[in-house]
Amino acid sequence: MSLGFPLFPEQASTIAGQVDMLLLFLIGVSAIFAGSIFLMVILFAIKYRRRSEKERPRPILGNLSLEIIWTVIPLGLALIMFAWGAWLYFAINSPPADAMEVFVVAKQWMWKIQQPSGMREINELHVPVDRPVKLTMTSEDTIHSFFVPEFRVKKDVVPGRYTTVWFQATKPGEYHLFCTQYCGTNHANMIGRIVVMTPEAYGAWVRGGGAAESPAVAGARLFQRSGCAGCHLPDGKGPAPSLVGVFGKPVTLTTKQTVIADEAYLREHILTPGSKVVAGYPPIMPPFKGLLSEDQLVQIIAYIKSLAAEQKAKAE
Amino acid sequence: MSTALGDRHENYLNVDSSVKSWLLTTDHKRIAILYLLAATLFFLVGSVFAGLIRLNLMTPYGDLVQAETYNKLFTMHGITMIFFFLIPSIPAVLGNFLIPMMIGAKDVAFPRLNLLSWYVYILGGTFTLVAATLGGVDTGWTFYAPYSTVYANTNVIVTALGIFITGFSSILTGLNFIVTIHKLRAPGMKWSRLPLFVWAHYATSLIMVLGTPVIAITLLLVALERGLHLGIFDPALGGDPILFQDLFWFYSHPAVYIMILPSMGVVSELIACFSRKRIFGYEFVAASSLAIAILGFLVWGHHMFVSGQSVYAGMVFSLLSFLVAIPSAIKVFNWTATMYKGSIAYDAPMLYAMGFIGLFTIGGLTGLFLATLGADVHVHDTYFVIAHFHYIMVGGAMMGYLGGIHFWWPKMSGRLYPEAWSRAAGLILFVGFNLTFFPQFILGFLGMPRRYHVYPPEFQVLNVMSSAGATILGVGYLIPLIYLLWSLRYGPPAGPNPWGAKGLEWETPSPPPTQNFEKTPIVTEEAYAYAPTEAEVG
Repeated sequence: MSLGFPLFPEQASTIAGQVDMLLLFLIGVSAIFAGSIFLMVILFAIKYRRRSEKERPRPILGNLSLEIIWTVIPLGLALIMFAWGAWLYFAINSPPADAMEVFVVAKQWMWKIQQPSGMREINELHVPVDRPVKLTMTSEDTIHSFFVPEFRVKKDVVPGRYTTVWFQATKPGEYHLFCTQYCGTNHANMIGRIVVMTPEAYGAWVRGGGAAESPAVAGARLFQRSGCAGCHLPDGKGPAPSLVGVFGKPVTLTTKQTVIADEAYLREHILTPGSKVVAGYPPIMPPFKGLLSEDQLVQIIAYIKSLAAEQKAKAE
Repeated sequence: MSTALGDRHENYLNVDSSVKSWLLTTDHKRIAILYLLAATLFFLVGSVFAGLIRLNLMTPYGDLVQAETYNKLFTMHGITMIFFFLIPSIPAVLGNFLIPMMIGAKDVAFPRLNLLSWYVYILGGTFTLVAATLGGVDTGWTFYAPYSTVYANTNVIVTALGIFITGFSSILTGLNFIVTIHKLRAPGMKWSRLPLFVWAHYATSLIMVLGTPVIAITLLLVALERGLHLGIFDPALGGDPILFQDLFWFYSHPAVYIMILPSMGVVSELIACFSRKRIFGYEFVAASSLAIAILGFLVWGHHMFVSGQSVYAGMVFSLLSFLVAIPSAIKVFNWTATMYKGSIAYDAPMLYAMGFIGLFTIGGLTGLFLATLGADVHVHDTYFVIAHFHYIMVGGAMMGYLGGIHFWWPKMSGRLYPEAWSRAAGLILFVGFNLTFFPQFILGFLGMPRRYHVYPPEFQVLNVMSSAGATILGVGYLIPLIYLLWSLRYGPPAGPNPWGAKGLEWETPSPPPTQNFEKTPIVTEEAYAYAPTEAEVG
């Protein structure tokens, strides 16, 4: 799309063009409605202007069919907007299963990012073009929001929970990263850039980063050091369940509830294990609240995830 | 009627001019004037904050003020304008003055409670002004946790208490109006004969009474959490920051309707009078006010589409948000249809009403962008949102308020203001407003986030346009302030009904006597009976 005057930022993700189509539809419908209202107000104001103080127009009380028409037509258009917007929202919120995973920890006033290779970046995110990228995000302090205008995606980054956002960049280049949730004094300086690279350039960039440890490897070491490995034996014969293959699967709790063992559950369980104990096991795990940083939590979860992926790879 | 009384009749203004008589008055008209003075003061304070914000944004680098100061400026601008100007403006000033007169009553149902409401409002306002002079507050008017409860180092508790206190003024005023409208209507003033201004205030009062306690509780929890670390919103203590957003918007979205519904009521009166016609589809316009009041309570989640709220909750809130747009559209169509085959005069109040229709239509339509899930993700928390709600609150609520002030000024003061100046001011405001806020829609599309003290240089041109518009807007506000004050001394006497308007308030002298009417009026006709009577036709 090219306009003489830019109305939207560059389209640099697979979703951007779809969002712009929807925005253009909304602009079109709004322009038609606003235009006809303005035209009628101005037309009536001129045509029926008061010509004499004695004028007493005949009353028109109302018209039921007109009322029905101007209720039903806007309602129909509104439903189209709703359905189109909801469909797109689902796409924006459904990361593909094969997406490259990046961890983001936000704090006043910086973005701390960790690549799958373990490389760390501050206020910069390097990604390869044409590959879906999923960000798992949390905050160390207040609420922030991750916004890349050129990708048309945005998601709040909330302390105490994980949120995710994904995109697939379509053009190499540099794009804005803005924090859009007011987070204190230097909110306006909590900005960064997304660097989209060709796969070759990205590969070279990752190799150039040196032998960083991947989050899963760092997580494995933490798993040993924090004492998790003493109870969560891989064969399930310890006092706590085996974590091999658990990630992404349903587990049954002592309350008979079934929950999916995703990032949010694992995080909550590590911090406050007493709240949701797995059925068949004693509630003996100590809480790790205050003992692990957000970065370390992300690493342990990455390790538990890698156990599931290993098992799947073996099965195949 | 009572025109024979002339200009020097005894009225609510000249009956006693001592300060004590004003501070202890229970006359709804005098209380309205007290509110007018206080609200104007808060408006001026809020405008100064806005002016500094726009001045700072002339350059991308934050050359005027520091980041901390900037954050305090937009916070204090929002708090002053929303809680201390827009919410009380039309209901407490025009509603107080007019509702009893429009229904043929001598006063509101609880006159002393009415005076108490004003003092409560002033007390709350004082807290907030004290917080401002002690160094201000920097949480944004939205007070999002855990920033407000843990990380902000400013006067959060004092400000929150100020808003908490002022909320009671709102609740009591709403209660007073509901009882007044139910119990004090003159003989013959059936519900189906009520002016649409009164219907709009009835709907508004319901929101005030039902919604305000929720913001009061929420802000109290913020203050308690900040002081005592209760762990309600702070995840580090086991709380949930999203819970704060649910509670906050449960009030603060309906609060938008507290601001806009009374303005819609004003516009209905203006369009009818200056078209000399009954409002087209009276029942639909009245019912749509109630529909907005009810549906308005069910859409708060549309402020949280990118907060991590469930996708399905997002869908429900999106659908409901579209539904609440329909009654507003119905009103706009009916106002436009009222002008059809009318006898339209271009007096200043009508210019404001037509300006309202234009700006509110743009504000409403851009609201649809924000209700549309996939579109909101991009424009959420950008300048698009700022532009949208200023079209509603300034283009809508403020235009309605000024239109109403111009319409009923002769009734309130007994004086006429200069016509040419008033029309010019209306046009200047319209132009200035659009130049200020239309570029902000484009800034939002381009991705400029709100609440940014500095910004990437590519956004500068549009920001300079916006700041230039704000200057014109400022001039547009100053002119009426001058000529309305001038008119108090030099304006020619207005007479009871300078516009040839229908409605009981126009059947009594200007300014009205303390008891409003010499004897209780008896209502025998519908509202807006501008049509020629059979005798005149015959």
